[in-house]
Amino acid sequence: MSNEFEYDAGSYVGSDRVPGGPTEEGSGLRREVRGYLLGLALAVVLTIASFWAVETHAIYRPGAAVALLVLAVAQMGIHLVFFLHITTDPDNANNSLALAFGALIVCLVVFGSLWVMSHLNHNMVPLHQLMQMQS
Amino acid sequence: MSTSALHLAQDPSFGSPQLARHEASGHGEGGPAPKRIVVGYGFWIFLLSDVIMFSAFFATYAVLFKSTAGGPSARELFDLHNTATETACLLASSFACGMASLAVGQRSQKWTQVALLVTGLLGFAFLVLEAREFSGFVARGAGPGRSAFLSSFFTLVGCHGVHVSAGLLWLGTMMAQFYAKGFRVDIRHRFLCFSLFWHALDIIWVAIFSLVYLVGTLPPELLP
Repeated sequence: MSNEFEYDAGSYVGSDRVPGGPTEEGSGLRREVRGYLLGLALAVVLTIASFWAVETHAIYRPGAAVALLVLAVAQMGIHLVFFLHITTDPDNANNSLALAFGALIVCLVVFGSLWVMSHLNHNMVPLHQLMQMQS
Repeated sequence: MSTSALHLAQDPSFGSPQLARHEASGHGEGGPAPKRIVVGYGFWIFLLSDVIMFSAFFATYAVLFKSTAGGPSARELFDLHNTATETACLLASSFACGMASLAVGQRSQKWTQVALLVTGLLGFAFLVLEAREFSGFVARGAGPGRSAFLSSFFTLVGCHGVHVSAGLLWLGTMMAQFYAKGFRVDIRHRFLCFSLFWHALDIIWVAIFSLVYLVGTLPPELLP
């Protein structure tokens, strides 16, 4: 089995028999199962870390929310790589670029909304003052 | 041998990257790309648009998080044990779905059906837990009409639940189609899309359990 094939043999849903005979195919399957198991293990570790971060005083408490955000982004990355097989391979470039654009829009929507709304909130006249002005 | 005839016959690019690369290298030469690549890419674009829709719900929730209108706050409502069990169900379900794709790759009807059944049962368990949580909230007078915070919470998490329900219907269809029609190339394309959908739902759940449930139950003085 050539190196070129190794490089491309990430999980193919519905791959036909690969060239190279049954023993090598068996090892390919084992490698793929190992990939999923590694992804599962990493996801479990990050999930436990997130639930632990809520309670613990081991991390600086005011940083807990940021720690949870970082852990969430890390776990999403693990899912993308190990379960969805989005990688930096050249033949995955279209998928990664689409993902990058999606991530950009998500950040714009979420942080943009929070930013704009907090400013509006800050500049708004409190309701009871507004009532006084009208009367 | 003409490629188009081969495509119609059995789609030879399946699992044979050398052939696929010959047709379309991904560097602007050759092509058209094999159907499996085109189908997967198109569905990936759809999933990203779905994620962008969820991001709008996340933004709404984040903006309205403190607008409880005197009603119960996130910290008073959320039960993290329930969230942890839901998370475990969905993560295991996603893993089982991965095992199903490997079984499809091996053309094993038995293991495909077993893995998909496990995927579905775990997804169903997740839905039951979520429904119990929602009905518990409503019974405590914390329904979606109580406050802006609860409206946005039910919209965001409920929308994910609706996706999971739709995924379960799709999963049942895939099991029936694999059983009745075998590992036909078009059925495998559908299954590729399904597995992408199911894994993407788990990614959205990661954001929900971290940013809605865990951040929501932090003491108020720790929140920005």
